[in-house]
Amino acid sequence: MKKPPVPLLQNGVRADGRLPDQMREVKISVGVVSNADGSAMVSYGATTAVAAVYGPREMHPRHLSLPDRGVMRVRYHMAPFSTKDERKSPTPSRREIEISKVLREALEPAVLLEQYPRSRIDVFIEIIQADGSTRVASLTAASLALADAGIYMRDLVVGVSVGLVDGVVVLDLNGLEDNYGEGDLPVGYMPNLKRFVLLQLDGAWKREVFLQALNLAVKGAEYVYQIARDALKNKYMSIAEEIYGR
Amino acid sequence: MYFVTPRQLIFPGDVIATADKKVEGPVYLDNGRYRSLVVGLVEFREDSVVIVPLEGTYRPKKGDVVVGYVTDVLATGWEVDVRSFMPAYLPVSEALHKHVDLETTPLTTFLNVGDVIVAKVKDVDLTDEYPIVLTLREEKVGKVESGTVVDIAPVKIPRVIGKKGTMLNTLLELGCDIVVGQNGRIWIKCGDPRDEVFLASLIRKIELESHVMGLTDRVKSEIEKYKESKQK
Amino acid sequence: MASVSPYARRFISYLRREQIKRLAASKNRVDGRALDQTREIEIKTGVVKTADGSAEVKLGKTHVIAGVKVGLGQPFPDAPDEGVLVVSAEVLPHASPYTEVGPPDESAIELARVVDRGIRHCGYVDFKKLAVEGGKAYVLWVDLYIINDDGNLVDAANLASVAALKNTQLPAVVKDESGAVKLDRNNKSPLPLETSKVPVAVSVGKIANVLFLDPNFEEELSLDGRVTFTISEDRIVAAQKTLGYFTQPELEAALDLAIKGRDRYLEALKSILGSS
Repeated sequence: MKKPPVPLLQNGVRADGRLPDQMREVKISVGVVSNADGSAMVSYGATTAVAAVYGPREMHPRHLSLPDRGVMRVRYHMAPFSTKDERKSPTPSRREIEISKVLREALEPAVLLEQYPRSRIDVFIEIIQADGSTRVASLTAASLALADAGIYMRDLVVGVSVGLVDGVVVLDLNGLEDNYGEGDLPVGYMPNLKRFVLLQLDGAWKREVFLQALNLAVKGAEYVYQIARDALKNKYMSIAEEIYGR
Repeated sequence: MYFVTPRQLIFPGDVIATADKKVEGPVYLDNGRYRSLVVGLVEFREDSVVIVPLEGTYRPKKGDVVVGYVTDVLATGWEVDVRSFMPAYLPVSEALHKHVDLETTPLTTFLNVGDVIVAKVKDVDLTDEYPIVLTLREEKVGKVESGTVVDIAPVKIPRVIGKKGTMLNTLLELGCDIVVGQNGRIWIKCGDPRDEVFLASLIRKIELESHVMGLTDRVKSEIEKYKESKQK
Repeated sequence: MASVSPYARRFISYLRREQIKRLAASKNRVDGRALDQTREIEIKTGVVKTADGSAEVKLGKTHVIAGVKVGLGQPFPDAPDEGVLVVSAEVLPHASPYTEVGPPDESAIELARVVDRGIRHCGYVDFKKLAVEGGKAYVLWVDLYIINDDGNLVDAANLASVAALKNTQLPAVVKDESGAVKLDRNNKSPLPLETSKVPVAVSVGKIANVLFLDPNFEEELSLDGRVTFTISEDRIVAAQKTLGYFTQPELEAALDLAIKGRDRYLEALKSILGSS
């Protein structure tokens, strides 16, 4: 095990002052890209993801469209300046290609693609600043951007990460904990339907730890979900008022 | 049993009612409960609850009046952009009242790429190659030869019409023809082309400031002011 | 570059899919297997003489070859005293009528990365013993070749990787006249492994809310969900949901089923890994 520059956990408090089951500050705003059909910006601490959705729109080239449902295209990408150390090459890495795939497969159970035959829905996610848990912040942003675009969804999808630090299960890993901890479990969760749509584990965890981590992930997702709802309310309350008056 | 209150703002996945209730709009049934598919508002009607989406591309319904642009000429009809997720289809049989011999008459003599039409949605069937079929064989529809088209977000269309048509009636005081397409396109034609420019800017104002209180009154006074300035 | 919903060329008739669903609902399968039963497993090692280690796995009709080439290179900056593992996967155009010629697509990349994560953290390969003097390290290039795809590539590829690593002979490191280190392929010793910690990837499929092991090709086209757990001793060393969704009780049940499947795969690996 690599030795961290500072202790990750001391007397039950994490290096950044959080308790094990505590999220970093979560900031969410909806409708941040005016040209897009839907958009959202999500920050978990210093990690910031911006998602923009275009569509449903006509599929080009047309032969790639599906007769019975829409096609979803998801791109997760990190800005060259988003990482702490060297500049990240803008060419998509194998990691980014894999994450784009798991994010697409996490969003597809939520989106009613069969309502949009022969068309496509584009979801573009950019990590502006990375400090751990980028893929789960991306997932929250993407699902809010889809809802903001008015695309039919069974539920919102909220992403949170859970990790193991000095043998303790902790919520929302930052970059330090991600690098020096004992593994991480990024999770995507539908809070109303109680379904897991993203699940990856990188570590060496016993069964009990895994199950404990799932419980904490649900707790974290429900917390972020309330903030996501508030962000949607922020944008849509005024629109509701304009239709019905106050 | 209902889980919502009138005018409540709801989000995807929110429970609306048990399956025995009548619920309309973008909803789905999961384990005996209706849930919302969109960010929307709850409206209680006489015998049902309706979910009104607050965002999204235009989803055509049978009977909607739409303003479309012809984008392609096909073998037996036209492809028309109606700002939905798919182009709509206008078959020859729905465009012309009399029989035409397609072997001798090119379709472009009737409608060509770039033409603007006001049409009615005849049918929506997601399993079709063209899920949206239009018709011109109705009253007050057809090719548009003049005037101008203003694009706004489809969800703002109710605001342009206003409660019981108040806003639209206010706009009609200018004496122009106005056709409000449910797809967020509004066709306007005035005797004086300067009026068209003014009316278009008013409609965009309604879109942008639709959350402002007393907008109808403000629009009314803008029209008065404009009329006065013209008389000078 | 973006991840796109796959084109529906991987075709299964509606009738067949409904049959698979009906069968699953009554806990039966198209090929007559029990829910917790894998297909026949055949593992051979040393099948490619030009490689430093190799193995061939047949899981039913799914056929994978893994080749290991050992090189010398720079260790990762955050682990300067450890060897390096690089897993790549290529689904050959031979593998199915649905495979195209070209660089590895997102599925192949995901496959390689899931296998990689399983091996990396479990202690099966003793990476500490793969550091070389002069700031260099052994690099283990594991290349996975999918010859025939009849479903469940992850489990088969993982078995092929661990078997090929067991078969790997590490060339000695020697110094040339200028003092630079290089590999001597005439002088080899077995790759240092802890065979009791072998990682085993087990994929669990879900159709009609019923969970089962080792989905075949047709079942894959009918899945409502799929999750892979890689297990080493009493630990989960990697997990990946690759399709659909799972509830929490389903995930727990899937994990328990995966532990059962692990024992089945371990049985098949027994003759390869030896008794140690």
